Amino acid sequence: MSKTSSGTLYRGREGMWSWVGHRVTGVVIFLFLLVHVLDTALVRVNADAYNAVIATYQNPLMALGETALVAAILFHAFNGLRLILVDFWKQGTKYQRQLLWGVLGVWIVVFAAFAIRHLSLAFGGH
Amino acid sequence: MSVNIAAPRSQRLDPKYVRGPKSRGNFEMLAWLFMRLSGVVLVVLIFGHLFANLMTGTGINALSFGFVAGKWANPVWQFWDLALLWLSMLHGTNGVRTIINDYAEKHATRAWLKGILYVATIFIVVLGSLVIFTFDPCVAGSDLAQCR
Ligand code: HEM
Ligand code: HEM
Repeated sequence: MSKTSSGTLYRGREGMWSWVGHRVTGVVIFLFLLVHVLDTALVRVNADAYNAVIATYQNPLMALGETALVAAILFHAFNGLRLILVDFWKQGTKYQRQLLWGVLGVWIVVFAAFAIRHLSLAFGGH
Repeated sequence: MSVNIAAPRSQRLDPKYVRGPKSRGNFEMLAWLFMRLSGVVLVVLIFGHLFANLMTGTGINALSFGFVAGKWANPVWQFWDLALLWLSMLHGTNGVRTIINDYAEKHATRAWLKGILYVATIFIVVLGSLVIFTFDPCVAGSDLAQCR
């Protein structure tokens, strides 16, 4: 592996950082999912207990956490589709950088739409 | 001067360079393929889940036991959540398995971490499936109209 700071085609460039981002978001979503199935299992135990847990998710502070989680999911999803294109589409490797900018563009737009709707619902209005 | 170098995998290598005799078949290739196929399906399942639960009506404010009972009265949502549970758990477990293989260098550490991972996965998948299949709208504490 190259030790020069000018880097290689991959190391320290977009390709590496999108990989780091994909890995970190994957682990975060997985950890959330373990907790999420456990708390959903309360529907099988007691309706009030389930409602009490859901009430904590409705707290505006938690809404910020949910927004961050969805940001991670959207990045992992769109970047995952990019990885699939790079692997299966003939021109994929050639355009992998352009695809990454596309991912970031779509991500910003979809995330903004989600955040506006979710935060305005969570912070009142209703 | 010519030197004869055996072709890789010609089985004429110094035994100390020959990796374990057991072949994993094409398991890793299938896992690679599964990550991509499940990824495409998960985009639909997760976006649908988030949209139905957070974006429609009053969004997160509408979530409650009654909301879940309403969704799971419909077999489409039962199937949706079951597929979501299985695919995301298998996809996530396989992803974390890769990460453990990458970073845990000691053989024993790797074996332990993967053991814990698989036990957790089986537990969550079984629990989540049972919750969907045995859901009871009139469980203790339920104040739904049909239970009174
Ligand atoms: C903050 C975001 C989320 C909220 C508010 C939420 C809410 C819910 C609710 C209310 C249920 C009950 C059943 C239903 O509505 O279909 C549920 C079940 C479920 N959710 Fe989510 N969810 C979120 C994110 C996710 C994500 C990102 C995943 C997947 C990675 C996921 C996977 C599941 C699964 C597998 C079930 C079924 C659990 C079981 O079998 O017991 N959820 N979720
Ligand atoms: C939203 C749809 C999703 C798509 C399109 C997607 C796509 C992908 C792809 C293509 C890979 C690459 C595998 C490889 O490099 O061989 C991957 C890795 C991974 N995914 Fe997903 N995924 C999705 C959802 C999820 C969910 C819900 C979780 C967690 C439960 C998750 C956790 C992971 C993890 C931990 C990795 C391993 C990362 C690594 O090895 O660096 N993904 N995903």
